Amino acid sequence: MSGPSSYKPQSATAKWFDDRLPIVRLMHDSFVVFPTPRNLNYMWTFGGILTFCLVAQIVTGVILAMHYVPNETMAFDSVQHIKRDVNYGWLIQPMHAVGASMFFLAVYLHIFRGLYYGSYKAPREVLWILGVFIFLAMMATGFLGYTLPWGQMSFWGATVITNLFSSIPVVGSSIVTWLWGGFAVGNPTLNRFFSLHYLLPFVIFGIVILHVWALHVAGQNNPTGLDIKQPSDSVPMAPFAIMKDVFAMFVFLIPFAYFVFFMPDWLGHADNYVEANPLSTPPHIVPEWYFLPFYAILRAITFDIGPIPAKLGGVIMMVSAIVVLIFIPWLDTSRVRSCKYRPIFKWCFWAFVFTCLALGYLGAMPAEPPYVGWAQFFTLMYFAFFLIAMPVVGILETPDRLPRSITEAVLGKDGGAAAMPAGAASAPQKR
Amino acid sequence: MTTDVDDTNRRDFLVLAANAFAGVGGAAVLWPFIQQMNPDASALALASIEVDLTPIKQGQAITVMWRGKPVFIRNRTPDEIKAAQAVNVAELRDQRAENDGLPEIAPASDEDRVKKGKEQWLVLVGICTHLGCIPKGQSIADSRGDFGGYFCPCHGSHYDTSGRIRKGPAPRNLEVPEYTFLSDTKIKIG
Repeated sequence: MSGPSSYKPQSATAKWFDDRLPIVRLMHDSFVVFPTPRNLNYMWTFGGILTFCLVAQIVTGVILAMHYVPNETMAFDSVQHIKRDVNYGWLIQPMHAVGASMFFLAVYLHIFRGLYYGSYKAPREVLWILGVFIFLAMMATGFLGYTLPWGQMSFWGATVITNLFSSIPVVGSSIVTWLWGGFAVGNPTLNRFFSLHYLLPFVIFGIVILHVWALHVAGQNNPTGLDIKQPSDSVPMAPFAIMKDVFAMFVFLIPFAYFVFFMPDWLGHADNYVEANPLSTPPHIVPEWYFLPFYAILRAITFDIGPIPAKLGGVIMMVSAIVVLIFIPWLDTSRVRSCKYRPIFKWCFWAFVFTCLALGYLGAMPAEPPYVGWAQFFTLMYFAFFLIAMPVVGILETPDRLPRSITEAVLGKDGGAAAMPAGAASAPQKR
Repeated sequence: MTTDVDDTNRRDFLVLAANAFAGVGGAAVLWPFIQQMNPDASALALASIEVDLTPIKQGQAITVMWRGKPVFIRNRTPDEIKAAQAVNVAELRDQRAENDGLPEIAPASDEDRVKKGKEQWLVLVGICTHLGCIPKGQSIADSRGDFGGYFCPCHGSHYDTSGRIRKGPAPRNLEVPEYTFLSDTKIKIG
């Protein structure tokens, strides 16, 4: 995708600057004239939406940090102070809390798009793996941020998740003490979680830059999974893809705004409006909705596996559920990228989507029969998608016939010449 | 449809309208993020305080905190009031009243530094106008300087019984904050 740059500085100042730091040239080449497949659908708008979410979280977060107090005696009250006393605090705090949920909604849609259209396949393996790292960093950031209001769920969620590390043999409990900075979750824990929560989004920002760079090396995938082979396969990113992204961002902001203004706490847990009490455990400890599938997998392992105790087994399976994502460029054996042309794997994909939704539901349920049994079943299904379906179906399935090019997929075999008057489609209004 | 370059056309209008909309929208988004740094409701609630004067007997003084600053409230003796009123304003270094409840040009006469009918009550912001130390004079044991008012130990500024600078490096009289008498025995500062 990289060739000679077509950027021409428009003024002497612009040329002077371009000779010293060609960043305007870089922006022009990457985001203005960059050839974008002409057939992208709205599932391709989530990258832009995610960038917006990251910036929104950083801006609202830095502002909240001007008023929040990371001390166990004052944290809960400082959040109330923000909501009640700080100018527009009633708006900025829910923007940040709802923003986290919207960030995860967008990232799941973005990941599922990648799975369906084979965006993880060569030559986009590193792009995909960088995405997994971003996802991991997002999960860490979300976990740390949720502890900060120091409600009951904040405290007990922190206790449960940090206690997971005690399952590591030999060094486990030392690691947990080290994480806590004490003998239980307490003030030292809260202080360091605040520091790390402020740090990680900027780490995410750095990985996002690498992610976008890797994307621009290979170019975007598209619904057909075919590469761009001729100029008619693509359109310049500006204005076409940019305006599609902007429109999609507006649509995305509608549910975002609806939650912020009308039901800001609906996605949260009522118990987090009770100040943290180390001497009283809530009846049902659940993480935020975006962690529920992994929570279900963690709790599904109720039995020892050989020498591995159940607790450690649950931790290993939960971590593996995310780590397995790193390997799918090599697990999937299909020569065809897009599920559009993979009749059998398409159904495996939708079964996987259902599995994730089921695990999400089960994660919110108590860890008792019949939920545990179903969680074990769906955990098996989850791993079967990656470890069985991907390698096997790729080899056994006969893919549908691929179109010869992106242009053919969009305009039909005659290039669309018969469908409309020549020249009308893309001729801009003459000035 | 073709138009001459000079005529405005539909595209120009749409570009202008879209940019105007985006500008207004951007300002609307930006405003809360700027306004949140202004004093919040809890800070504004402390912007005014009420002080009960009944425990302060003649010759006594208390210090209260108002907007994060010390405020001296003194119940002056008749001698202190007479000494303050006898001073010739034209001989003062700072001839302005420095009274937030009065216009800038009000002179530094004692009557412009206290409330009419309540001359025994002296209310001053207890911050030296030199470099910001808190002057001595509120406690019984404190030195009150050469003019019987306040003495700043940091660099030797002497204030008189009306809180006006008489000797030493301070440039201005001690500030009189805005205050009102809610009753004979209660004032509201700020």
